[in-house]
Amino acid sequence: MGECHSILSSIRGGMERGGEQMAYHRYDAVIVGAGGAGLMAAIQMAGKANVAVVSKLYPPRSHTGAAQGGIGAALGNTEEDHWEWHMFDTVKGGDYLTDQDAAEILAREAIDAVIELEHMGLPFNRTPDGKIDQRRFGGHTRNYGEGPVRRACFAADRTGHMIIQTLYQQGIKENVQFLDEYFLLDILFTNDGTCCGCVVWEMKTGEIHVLHAKAVLIATGGFGRVFKITSNAMAGTGDGVAIPFRRGVPLMDMEFYQFHPTGLYRLGILLSEAARGEGGILRNADGEAFAERYAPTLKDLAPRDMVSRFIFEEVKAGRGIDGKDYVHLDLTHLPPEVIDAKLPDVTDFARTYLAVEPKKEPVPIQPTAHYAMGGLPTNTNGQIINDELGAVIPGFYAAGESACVSVHGANRLGTNSLVDLVVFGRRAGRHMLEFVKSAPLPELPPNPEDLARTEIDSVMAHPTGIRSAEIRSRMQEVMMDNVSVVRDAAMLETAKEEIQGLKRSYQNVAVTDRGKVFNTDLMEALEVGYMLDCAEAIVEGALARQESRGAHYRTDFEKRDDANWLAHTMVRKTSGGLELRKKPVVITTFEPKERKY
Amino acid sequence: MKATLRIKRFDPEKDVKPVYRNYEIECDPHDRVLDALNQVKWLHDGTLTYRRSCAHGICGSDAMRINGRNRLACKMLMSDAGEKVTIEPLMGFEVIKDMVVNMDRFFDAYKSVKPFLITGENPSGQERLQTPEARERFDDTTKCILCAACTTACPITWTNDQFVGPAAIVNAHRFIFDSRDEGAGQRLRILNQQSGVWRCRTVFNCTDACPRDIEVTRAIEEVKRALITETIS
Repeated sequence: MGECHSILSSIRGGMERGGEQMAYHRYDAVIVGAGGAGLMAAIQMAGKANVAVVSKLYPPRSHTGAAQGGIGAALGNTEEDHWEWHMFDTVKGGDYLTDQDAAEILAREAIDAVIELEHMGLPFNRTPDGKIDQRRFGGHTRNYGEGPVRRACFAADRTGHMIIQTLYQQGIKENVQFLDEYFLLDILFTNDGTCCGCVVWEMKTGEIHVLHAKAVLIATGGFGRVFKITSNAMAGTGDGVAIPFRRGVPLMDMEFYQFHPTGLYRLGILLSEAARGEGGILRNADGEAFAERYAPTLKDLAPRDMVSRFIFEEVKAGRGIDGKDYVHLDLTHLPPEVIDAKLPDVTDFARTYLAVEPKKEPVPIQPTAHYAMGGLPTNTNGQIINDELGAVIPGFYAAGESACVSVHGANRLGTNSLVDLVVFGRRAGRHMLEFVKSAPLPELPPNPEDLARTEIDSVMAHPTGIRSAEIRSRMQEVMMDNVSVVRDAAMLETAKEEIQGLKRSYQNVAVTDRGKVFNTDLMEALEVGYMLDCAEAIVEGALARQESRGAHYRTDFEKRDDANWLAHTMVRKTSGGLELRKKPVVITTFEPKERKY
Repeated sequence: MKATLRIKRFDPEKDVKPVYRNYEIECDPHDRVLDALNQVKWLHDGTLTYRRSCAHGICGSDAMRINGRNRLACKMLMSDAGEKVTIEPLMGFEVIKDMVVNMDRFFDAYKSVKPFLITGENPSGQERLQTPEARERFDDTTKCILCAACTTACPITWTNDQFVGPAAIVNAHRFIFDSRDEGAGQRLRILNQQSGVWRCRTVFNCTDACPRDIEVTRAIEEVKRALITETIS
C-alpha cells in the first residue's frame, strides 16, 4: 500500500515570484480529464497511490456522458457472438489501419470490462432472462461480415451518461481526489524527457498550481470543436493533445477524423446510430432508402465513414431534401413503444431543437464532426510513445479519445469509443500504478510554471484586438469546408494557408475580461490556441496521405494505397516546422482486403 | 427575432452588489438561450461568465434562472423564452461570478447519500441478473444529470443550508430501488435525519424544474414511504 494523502495533506507550498502566487502539490500520479478513460484509470489507483484527477469541468459533465447507443462486447447474450468477430469488425471497420494487437485486446477485454461496469452498478437494459440486453450497431457483424449482430450493450440511449455517472460514483466510493474546474496549462518534463507533472490553473481563483508527479495521464478527450458542425461539447478543444504537441511530442493519424452520418441538421447534435440499429432508415429527397444502393448487405448500418460519404454523394447528386445539404432519418415505421423505450433521448432532441416529431415525420440530418481516431500515440499500456519505433516517454500516459493506440485505425466503429476508454483507461491505470510504485519522483525543472505563465501573459497582453470567437468561427468554417468528409490537395492547401493566417492573427487575440476569478474569456482564448494546433496537425496529415482510407477520403487519390500508405502518420513540431514520419501497422491475423459491406 | 436579454451580472472583483444589464441581440427563434448568451459573450461582452459544455441538455452545466424558472440554457429556445428574457444565477448558492455559483454544497449533499452501488460478492465472470421490471423500477431517477435545477428551485434549500435537497434524494432513490443494491438501510437512515427527506414540503418546484423530466417529487415521496414501511417493519 502506497502513501495516501488527502488533498489537504498533500505536500503543498506557496511560492511567490514577481508578485504572482503559485501553489505546489506533490502526487504519485495526476490524471487530466475526468471522462470515462480518466475515471477508469483513477479507480484502478484509488487507495493504492496518491492520485489526483484534474478536470476543467465537474467530472459528470465530461463528454463521455453524451455517448448514446451502446458499448460493444461479444457477450453473446441474445445471439451467438465471439470476440474474434468483434476484433475482425474493428480491424475491417478501421480500413486495416487498426493495429491488430490492440484490436485483439479491445475485443477480448471488452467482455470483462462490461461485466465490471455492471458490477459497479451500471443500469444496463435487460433481456427477459435478466442478462444485459444487446442491440445492433454499424459495422458489427456475425461470422466475419455475414450480417449484423447484436453486440452493443446499452442503457436506453444514454449509455454514456450511465457510464460517466457510474464511474464518478465509484470515484466517490473510492475517495478519489478530484480537482474540479482546474484548466490544464502545461505538461512538465525533465531535461532527459521524463514526465514530471503538469501546471494547472484554478478557475475559481485564477491561481496557478504546479502538480509535481511521477506520472501524468492525458484523458482530455477529443477536439471536434475545430469543425463548424460537430456533436462535440464546447469543452472538446484538444487541450491535452495540443500542449504535448507544442512540447515536441508527436501526434498520430490526425488526418483521420470521423464524421458521424446523423447529426441534427445545422446543429450537429448527435442522433445515435442506435436509431438505425433499431430499424431507422436514411432517405433522400425521392424517399429512396439509398444506403442499400451503396452497401447491399449492411445498408444503413455500414460503417460511419461510408454512410457519411453516401449522404455526401446523394447531396452532390441533387437528392438532398429540397436540394439542400441534408437527408432524412426515417423512424416513422418503428413501433412508438420502441421509440419511447429505446430511443427516448434522441427523439427528444429532434422535438426540442427542430420541432420534429420522429414518430410522425422524418428527422433532417447531416454528417457531424464526431470523433478523432488520431491523437497522442500510445502502446497498449497507455504509455505515450515518442517515435515510430515505440520508445516510451517515461511517466507520460494517454487514454481514450485523446490517445491513438491505434485501435480505431482509419475509422472507428460505433460503440468502440466506450470500449476503448474502459479497456485502455483501465490498462493505463493499472500500468501507472505499477510504475509509480517503483519509479522515483523526478526533479522539477527550475521555475516549472514559467511556460504556462508566459502563455497566459501573452494571451492576456491585448485587452482589445481580434476576438478569440472570431478566430474560432473562421477556423471552424475553414475546417468544415476543406477538411471534412471529402478532401483534395487544393482544399487542404487552402486550409493550411488559412490556419497559418489564423495562427498569426492569434498573436493579437483579445481578452476583454481582465479579472482573475473564473475568467472564461481567457479560457476560451487559450482553447482556440490549442484548437489551432490540432487543426494544423489534421491538415498536415491529410495533405501527406495521398490515398483514401476510412474517414480520410481524397477525390484526387480515390483508392486505398496499401503499397505506400498501410502506415500510421506521426507528425511532430520541430524547430524547422512540422515533420512527418510513418509508423508501420501491426498486422497479426487479418490480411488487408478491400472493404465491402 | 430581436430580443433583449436582461442579465444579472456580478463581478466579485469589481461589484459590491449584483446589477442587471440589458443586451439587445438579433437571433433566430430556434436559437437556444445558450446561443443568445454566446452571442453576447462572443460579440459584445467577453466578461459575461457562465458554465456550459454539451449544449444539448445532457451535461448539466448551464442550469440558470430564465424568466424566473430554473432551466438549462441549452434546452430552452428563444422562441419560448420570448423577446424579453431575464437571466439570473441559480438561487440559494453563493454566486462566484455572473451565472457561476458555488456547487460545493450541492456535490457534498450528493456524496452524503452514498450514491454508489453497495453489494457483497459479485458473480465471477458474469453480470448480476436483473429482470426488465426490476430495472424499470428505478429508471426515472437514473436520468439525473446533477445540474442542480431541482435543488435550487426548492424553497427549503433557500432557507435551510443543511437540507440535502431534491437531487441528492433522487440519487439515493436510484440505488434504494435498484434490486441489486444492499445499502438501502444506510441511505434511508441518512435521509431520516434532520437534514433529510422530512424537510420536503411537497412544493413540486423540483419536478417543474427538472430538465430531464424526472418526477422528482414522486421519487422523494417514494423514499419517504420506504422510510415509513421500514420503521414499521
